[in-house]
Amino acid sequence: MTDLLYGEIESDLRGGVRDLLAGKAPWTGVLAGVEKDDPFDADLWHALAGRFGAAGLAVPEELGGAGASWREAAVVAEEIGRAVAPVPFLTSAVMATAALLAAGESDLVGDLAEGERIAVLAVPFGTPPGEPPARVRVAGGALTGEVPGVADGLAADVLLVPAADGLYAVDAADAGRAPVTSLDMTRRLADTAFDGAPARRVADGPGAVRAGLLTGAALLASEQLGIAEGCLDATVAHVKTRYQFGRPIGSYQALKHRLADLWTAITQARAVARHAAACAAAGDPDLEIAVAVAQAHCSAVAVKAAEECVQMHGGIGFTWEHSAHLYLKRAKSAAIALGTPDRHRAALAALVDLPPA
Amino acid sequence: MSTAPPDADELSRRVAAFLAEHDPAATDRLKFLRARFDAGLAWVHYPRGLGGCDAPRALQRDVDRLFAKAGAPTNRPERNGIGLGMAAPTLLAAGTDEQRARFLRPLWTGEDIWCQLFSEPGAGSDLAALGTRAVRDGDRWIVNGQKVWTSMAHEARWGLLVTRTDPDVPKHRGMTYFVLDMTAPGVEVRPLRQLTGEAEFNEVFLTDVEIPDAHRLGEVGDGWRVSTHTLMNERVSIGGAAVPRESGMIGVVAGLWRDRPELRTPGLHGELMRLWVEVEAARLAGERLRQSLAAGRPGPEGSGTKLAFAKLNQEVSGLELEMLGTDGLRYDDWTMRRPSEVDFTRRSPGYRYLRAKGNSIEGGTSEILRGIIAERVLGLPGEIRVDKDVPWKDLPK
Repeated sequence: MTDLLYGEIESDLRGGVRDLLAGKAPWTGVLAGVEKDDPFDADLWHALAGRFGAAGLAVPEELGGAGASWREAAVVAEEIGRAVAPVPFLTSAVMATAALLAAGESDLVGDLAEGERIAVLAVPFGTPPGEPPARVRVAGGALTGEVPGVADGLAADVLLVPAADGLYAVDAADAGRAPVTSLDMTRRLADTAFDGAPARRVADGPGAVRAGLLTGAALLASEQLGIAEGCLDATVAHVKTRYQFGRPIGSYQALKHRLADLWTAITQARAVARHAAACAAAGDPDLEIAVAVAQAHCSAVAVKAAEECVQMHGGIGFTWEHSAHLYLKRAKSAAIALGTPDRHRAALAALVDLPPA
Repeated sequence: MSTAPPDADELSRRVAAFLAEHDPAATDRLKFLRARFDAGLAWVHYPRGLGGCDAPRALQRDVDRLFAKAGAPTNRPERNGIGLGMAAPTLLAAGTDEQRARFLRPLWTGEDIWCQLFSEPGAGSDLAALGTRAVRDGDRWIVNGQKVWTSMAHEARWGLLVTRTDPDVPKHRGMTYFVLDMTAPGVEVRPLRQLTGEAEFNEVFLTDVEIPDAHRLGEVGDGWRVSTHTLMNERVSIGGAAVPRESGMIGVVAGLWRDRPELRTPGLHGELMRLWVEVEAARLAGERLRQSLAAGRPGPEGSGTKLAFAKLNQEVSGLELEMLGTDGLRYDDWTMRRPSEVDFTRRSPGYRYLRAKGNSIEGGTSEILRGIIAERVLGLPGEIRVDKDVPWKDLPK
């Protein structure tokens, strides 16, 4: 059985990330950012990835990383979720980095680890782990085709594009990138297009993409855990201080019991997210099952937490001026990202020998 | 013998020395168990002279393993869950030296089975509302009342009894705790048949039952505080082994799905996978709680685990019945049986479905547990109380 607890180093790491995010990305700043043209918070990312070193946690030291593991990276993902921070951590520091590590790439991966450059996997964000259909053709070392809905596609310096015979790196300047008005403006999508774009092959076969998607799905569960925890904390704080009918609304069982159920679901989300991260860190054979369980469960918990957060805040929760909608949009988008819960349950059915009717 | 609490090595030396002197194969079972108690190797975290040696509780598993390896007889803990899990810690916390010396040894060896006389028809979730009266008469007490949901009462030698001794003060203050001799005149045990057809539990009627004051546990009027020792231990799960995936009812249903392709429908598959994921998430949460306890960091997750499993047992057993269709309508046995332990797997799907309904009621209803989580974990405001400063006798009943 994997270790499902947090170690001392992980707790220290969490404290550091939380302080940094609280200082540089309060939710009011995140809210202001969603109406700006900047596709992500570059200052925050430089602080988090560069000075703090959060982007290279799972990268070996000899490749320019911190030589820790996906367990520690998952703690960062939790805090990013809790702060709905607009940084390309999941896309660059997890998905692209995992794909490059699986490919044995040793050049770009170091830049990503140090936060020098940003790379993202050019797949529609809803792609589940498995073998994504190649959407581009390769001819004479150049790529042609379109990939819509790429997360953090505008933030990227490099696009990692799956093709039939492997994974290709394309300089972002050589690709067409159209911003998408996204449901979740804290992690924006871009429609990408390649018209004979020069490309460098970084991996043969589908293994690298698969590693990127699977590791991404594993750590997305931790981000979803953070989203859910942020929603629960905010909601509990609100219902303790909001008075109606002469009582704090948190004294009504109609709300208390729902919050107790949410807390219970979050304790489960924490366990499954830790298991998925630990499996990713150790290359555990249980990884695929752990990821399918974590995505099916944590997606639902994060969405539930965000929906309850809106509802229990009442009118204020429905306004633009409150943080609740940032969480709702991020939670719903994250639930669809890297495979919907239903797709993960379908994958799980095959993995645990419970075939459909 | 040294005075410092023994460590793992010292304990295994003591067990080896004990086994050298008491060959399990050649020693009478009860004699062996009594000797193990007297050697301080029964429950090692208990004080010296009371079956323990002040060792860390975590070492108990190692000691039990060494005895099991030697083929030593056990005290059959499954037959005396209330005794070992609730009576013993309560006696340790609130008993006099005489009471501990008298009760703990035969409790641990399994000679004396214990039961718990707490709930009453009028006091379920609101235990402190109980009305079984104990009236003092010199150095004895006369008890009248009715208790309910008492497992093992028909086999128990002693019972943990909470009574009302002062009806004129608010309910939490007027209670007194006793050890009841279940063989005393006026104690009548009747099976309480449940909706499954069997009777795991009993009703206990108390009519002019005499209890010597020497069997009072704690001070007069201090019964609520003493009973919290008992109830605290009800929900403590002592770190056992990890639970494998697909344990329990979900394993039964998954096996059925694999074995009987003709039962499969798309809708049932969706439901099965949803529940499979939820059960696995609850299992991992239980495993995480187990790891926290083992690391000496107990968390509040226990209430959540019970809440989740109650709901899931009910949903999974309901799904099993639906999968089976007409076959699910065959019940195995309505005759009134008196099982000594609940076994979900050896009974019919209908039994599982019905018995699981008790999971959200026994040991704290799911509604009470949600209240506990909301108030003690999340810090939400308590319920508006209308019974707080009212004498017990004036409460609406």
